[in-house]
Amino acid sequence: MSALQPSELDRPTLARDRSAADADLKSVSAALRRAEFGDRMRSLLLATPLLVLLALSFGIPILLLLSRAVYDPTIADALPKTTVALAGWSGQGLPGDDAFAALAADLKDNQAKGTAYELAKSLNARLPGARSQVLKTVRKLESADGQAALEAMKSVPFWSAPSTWPTIRSGTNSLTSFYLLSALDLRWNAAGGIERVPPEQAIFIQVFLRTFFVAASVTLATLILGFPLAYLIANAPKGLAAILIVAVLLPFWTSILVRTAAWTVLLQKFGLANDFLLFIGVISDRLDLMYSRIGLIIAMTHIQLPFTLLPIYSVMRTIPPSQMKAAYSLGARPFTAFRRIYIPQVFPGVMAGCMLTFILCLGYYITPALIGGASDQLISNFIANYVNVELNWEMAAALSFILLVFTLALFGIFARVLGLDRLKLV
Amino acid sequence: MLLSPYPTTGERIRVALLWLWCGLVILFLLVPILIPVPLSFNSGSFFIFPLEGLSTRWYEVVLGTQRWQAAIGNSLIVALGTTVIATTLGTLTAIALSDEKFPGRRIIMPLLLSPLIVPVVITAVGSYLFYARVGLASTYAGIILAHTALASPFVVVTVGASLTGFDRNLMRAAAISGAKPLTSFFRVMLPLILPGVLSGAAFAFVTSFDEVVVVQFLASAGQRTMPLEMFIGLREKLSPAITAAATLMMALSIVLLVIANLLARRGRTARIA
Repeated sequence: MSALQPSELDRPTLARDRSAADADLKSVSAALRRAEFGDRMRSLLLATPLLVLLALSFGIPILLLLSRAVYDPTIADALPKTTVALAGWSGQGLPGDDAFAALAADLKDNQAKGTAYELAKSLNARLPGARSQVLKTVRKLESADGQAALEAMKSVPFWSAPSTWPTIRSGTNSLTSFYLLSALDLRWNAAGGIERVPPEQAIFIQVFLRTFFVAASVTLATLILGFPLAYLIANAPKGLAAILIVAVLLPFWTSILVRTAAWTVLLQKFGLANDFLLFIGVISDRLDLMYSRIGLIIAMTHIQLPFTLLPIYSVMRTIPPSQMKAAYSLGARPFTAFRRIYIPQVFPGVMAGCMLTFILCLGYYITPALIGGASDQLISNFIANYVNVELNWEMAAALSFILLVFTLALFGIFARVLGLDRLKLV
Repeated sequence: MLLSPYPTTGERIRVALLWLWCGLVILFLLVPILIPVPLSFNSGSFFIFPLEGLSTRWYEVVLGTQRWQAAIGNSLIVALGTTVIATTLGTLTAIALSDEKFPGRRIIMPLLLSPLIVPVVITAVGSYLFYARVGLASTYAGIILAHTALASPFVVVTVGASLTGFDRNLMRAAAISGAKPLTSFFRVMLPLILPGVLSGAAFAFVTSFDEVVVVQFLASAGQRTMPLEMFIGLREKLSPAITAAATLMMALSIVLLVIANLLARRGRTARIA
């Protein structure tokens, strides 16, 4: 506010000409703009620490992980001479002897540097079986130089197989689409087009479809269970509604792990779920509910039910009961009134609840790991497995990439169409 | 309200069916979370009703053995660290975002909420990869940082809700009366939004205390938290000690979240009054 000095204001107005008044107006608006700019910067400054922390602990880690899906310099770094030698190769048939000699030299260098195993593992990810062949060749090359090295290379049939050299050449390119394509069960063929991998190698499409199937089943189940309950709570007398909402919130506030643990107890062969089914006479023999798809869907439905229910409930609360009464009094049958008056109004809430549950189901990890069988593992479990067991970061990154694209696309639609206010997470 | 003043038979049947269905759904919601409670007091080591007898032997295992004690300690370190950082930074950010002049609000809000949406395995694997490079893997700091990302959205949302009713003129009045910005924050704004802040803190604590996936990737053997011990235990062998641990964890989160919600509601009613 420094531009508005009292002395300026005290000046007699009559003495001022028009241009001076204009200048004052300008300086006032400039001062306001400056003050506003300062406010804006101050609030940006307040938000900065969290934004920086989120970038460090969330943004950068995920970007780094995703970069591993498309950037893999292991082979290019390990085979510099081969990279040069392959520059002039047409890609058809076998490359010339110079490429073989260069590869032999590179392999010997790797052995000397102790990086041969890294290379073997990286080649193996792209060409199953390559690991043992590389390590075998490296041992053969130990006592061979020049012409002898070339012969040692040629004596291993693997290096003359049709798919070996194209794989090496694609590997010398650090930027690769190999892993992303693999995550969708696709690959480059010799002609430079994209084709499906043979059915015996295809795994991931099936896993993605399974994940979608489980997510959709759980979403549908939570809707069928949750919609009537939401309706009841929204229309019940106040005291009763409070008790019912607590019954929904108690499981909501219990951690996913604890609820999964409870289900592992319930789903045992001699557990309560089987006791109950026997008692009501649905089954005559005890079922294996643990490590089964149906057990997984039941447990996930239990965990997700409040997520679907709460957004629906918060919309239903806003619909006055008089509307339905008006519809009845105008002659609508109950079903017609429900369909024409009620459903259109609760539809955004239903969409919000279902989308939220579907999105969250796509990322489930704990529950499938503990309750699902080997054929019920979802995409997150494969990501964890590639990191923990196979130590194949590239494949984990590629699967994460695709899962993240689906999740964020759905979240984007949610935020855009329904608005973030419908997100009932607390 | 469910029944009209002069209900027809059809209406009565519909409402009765609605009640029946909802009763079953409520049972489905409540029975699974209540089941571990009686089992944790079972003196036998099987999960079969009727119970063999009452005992607290499984609680003695969880509260008395070194392995579980260390896990509880680790959980508290991580959860308290996360709560302090997430609450402080989340509150500052919520204050910034409550200013309608804040640049890029519509972009920042979805970004701030995205840790809740992104599959947690991706967050965990990414942190593992990044922290290994910068030397934060297997450190409490690394786990706390990762948990702060997961917990801060709750603080931003709860504090943001309590700020929508905060009259900004109070801050102008304080400034005109000569208060420095920090003074007016601590003396005027904070007391009024405190229920929202505390409620956010409780959410942050529970988020971190219950979290197991990030911990699984980032923690060393000596940093196992209570949920991680539970997860490992569930994979190896189902012991009743797990039902005792589950009961304790459930009790803690329910108590904290009841408090959090009462506080949040108080923040809202104070605003209306």
